[in-house]
Amino acid sequence: MKFAKLFYFGSLLVFLATLGCGGRQSRVEHGNQNQILHYGNGTEPQDLDPQIVTGVPEHHIIIALLEGLVMPHPKTLEPQPGVAETWKVSDDLKTYTFNLRKDAKWSNGDTLNAHDFVKSYQRMLTPTLAAEYSYMLHVMENAEDFNTGKIKDFSQVGVKALDDHTLQIQLNSPTPYFLSLLSHYSWFPVHLPTIEKHGAIYERGNRWTRPENYVGNGPFTLAQWKRNQVIVVKKSPTYWDANTVRLNEIHFYAIESDDTEERAFRSGQMHITQTVPLTKIEVYKKDNPHLIRIDPDLGTYYYRFNTRKAPLDDRRVRRALAMAIDRDSIVKNVTRGGQIPAHNFTPPETAGYTSDANVPYDIAGAKKLLAEAGYPDGKGLPPVEILFNTSEAHRTIAEAIQQMWNKELNVNARLVNQEWKVYLDSQQHGNYQISRAGWKGDYPDPNTFLDMWLTDGANNQTGWSNPEYDRLIQEAGRTADRDKRFDLFRKAEAILIDELPMLPIYFYTRVYLIHPSVQGWYPNILDNHPYKHVHLESPGK
Amino acid sequence: MLRFIVRRILETIPVLLIVATLTFFMVRLAPGNPFDTERAVTPEVRKNLEAFYGRDKPLPQQYFTFMKNLVTRGDFGPSTRYPNRTVNELIGESFPVSLELGLYSIAIALFFGLIAGVIAALRPNTLSDYVPMSLAMIGICLPTFVIGPLLILIFALMLGWFNASGWFSPIDRVLPALTMGGIYAAYIARLSRGGMLEVLNQDFIRTARAKGASEKRVIFKHALRGGLLPVISFLGPAMAGIVTGSFVVETIFQIPGLGRYFVTAAFNRDDGMIMGTVIFYATLIITLNLIVDVVQVWLNPKLKFE
Repeated sequence: MKFAKLFYFGSLLVFLATLGCGGRQSRVEHGNQNQILHYGNGTEPQDLDPQIVTGVPEHHIIIALLEGLVMPHPKTLEPQPGVAETWKVSDDLKTYTFNLRKDAKWSNGDTLNAHDFVKSYQRMLTPTLAAEYSYMLHVMENAEDFNTGKIKDFSQVGVKALDDHTLQIQLNSPTPYFLSLLSHYSWFPVHLPTIEKHGAIYERGNRWTRPENYVGNGPFTLAQWKRNQVIVVKKSPTYWDANTVRLNEIHFYAIESDDTEERAFRSGQMHITQTVPLTKIEVYKKDNPHLIRIDPDLGTYYYRFNTRKAPLDDRRVRRALAMAIDRDSIVKNVTRGGQIPAHNFTPPETAGYTSDANVPYDIAGAKKLLAEAGYPDGKGLPPVEILFNTSEAHRTIAEAIQQMWNKELNVNARLVNQEWKVYLDSQQHGNYQISRAGWKGDYPDPNTFLDMWLTDGANNQTGWSNPEYDRLIQEAGRTADRDKRFDLFRKAEAILIDELPMLPIYFYTRVYLIHPSVQGWYPNILDNHPYKHVHLESPGK
Repeated sequence: MLRFIVRRILETIPVLLIVATLTFFMVRLAPGNPFDTERAVTPEVRKNLEAFYGRDKPLPQQYFTFMKNLVTRGDFGPSTRYPNRTVNELIGESFPVSLELGLYSIAIALFFGLIAGVIAALRPNTLSDYVPMSLAMIGICLPTFVIGPLLILIFALMLGWFNASGWFSPIDRVLPALTMGGIYAAYIARLSRGGMLEVLNQDFIRTARAKGASEKRVIFKHALRGGLLPVISFLGPAMAGIVTGSFVVETIFQIPGLGRYFVTAAFNRDDGMIMGTVIFYATLIITLNLIVDVVQVWLNPKLKFE
């Protein structure tokens, strides 16, 4: 039969063709020899303009391309000199004077000076740019008023170039975490002449961030951007500290699926991944513990309670529900990524602050509270609804909690999942009873966790309000002394945890895979790894 | 024939306008919007974002602006998700990738599918029918998200012949093309077997054989033309799906194609991108269906252009 022969011959050809492809050097091996880091970077970045973007994948790339006044220490995150060589703080802690290094350059050879920073901050705060992170700059005097259009004259904003290499920033109030804020990309300078060349300065949609146009001041320059595929950055010859930089290139891969990413890692295509599929964590821990890392992360996984609606407007019901959750069991049996059970809201040791507030795991107490609220043994309590965005991970956690409430309190919970944007919409408009949420700190300070619960805060979304809480947080904002400030935060968090407009579940960890050849990649809570301290060493060398 | 084609093209215009209008209003009436994020933006920023994208205007006005840009310039506007790109650019970058992968897949599908189908039809109910048809059945039943990772597991992770994912060198095309092509090969095998069986039982084939035509001539000259008709009808819409990419295959193999945007644009409520992908896809389907109709008339003397 001729066709049959043709068919089998064709199949054999394909098979043989594939045979010829074996025995290649893996990307990781090649990278180790040439100091090229292959980095799995999650979703495709929205843009590489530090004043437009809001995400974590963007952060990973932007810190390679741009540098702010200070940069974090790779281990401790303590502010280290960046573009600023030294800085002085006034006695009232409200005026910062930065001396910029004279050898700081843009990648096109232009000198980077203090005016660049002033102009950058002006762009960031100009209302028409609609920079979502502009609020990060609101600590500067009059910045918020300029940003919201109340004042039009930027010279009234608290940032001035005293001369070419001296920058002065005037704050609204002593802000102890101000220097840590500066490591955030919203504070990075941008090269205005380049931006002007490629579109409107104060509008979105500018084309300056394309590889052929990009001008930065960081340790690397943008060489290639293949959308949904890879972004390549190369060591910059104009960077002031180029001698410290040991990597020649970093390749950032846009990989959304954690399974795809894990397979790429396993086949030697990737040095570092963003995540590990839930089902693989135990396998790696058991078989290849040297490849998996679990780092603490500055974030809390929690449920919002809609305090505007019965029965969750009753503090006793909220407390009862919160006390009936066995958080240890959730992190041990459900999430399994080394997460820390959360009995309060701010992750422990956030810039040295640990809250002493505590929601206990106390079934008897929970039952008692529920009875006091008029629902003895859960009787008379209508079913509560847990809303989450569609995802297996959120569902399994919600199921565990549903079971605990049912078993311990005889409370019925219904699970409702919604597509991401619908879920956000429901949450913002208060169309929920209990809603899943997560919060990641913008900077290492308790303020980023606690000021969101202020009355009518944009991220509060629970309808909860407490004047004493508001007062304490605002007072902490004006307090310079660290211990006094932390005391105020502790008092505020005690109120928050007593009233529980939300139900803390666990503190995030970051679980990822890392090849042993990567050196200088230290665990830290902000997932900030300045690449100039990273290099590759072939194992066994 | 020309009249037929021109008429069909003219008919396309109202169809596309209706598709565009329906999509526009469905997207706008769905809850959620592109500027909703987990970290709520301040009301001022939101107002400015909406102003930049023209969403502060009344909905009918937005609709007319959108349609005007679309009709006069073929412009879908900026992407709200990727602020430094326009929708046209994003489609322009990603469609060639999906098209390339799609063409490989179709080639694989046709090669294996047709041969398997014809072999099976020539010896119905024998081993050379059962083996390819069972394989085809398995191919139809197994979804790409099973075949894809399975191929990766065997050929990339165990044997190390390929990269597990990516779209860099020519060999990166092999596994995704096999994954996608395999599924369609299965459909084509079953369709061509059915088509061939039907034709082979007809009188004109018996006549051809009685005239003493060789088996080769009977199959290629007489039977195949009619036997392929069901495959051609299937290929039209299927090809539109194949060349615009598959979300699943592109995600599994990390391929920068258009297929992903169909899903992610909707997740992000990136309305320009949703409109762009939907209208692009609709246009492709209509075009390919037209081509299929022309080819069918050409292959089947019983049909006429009307």
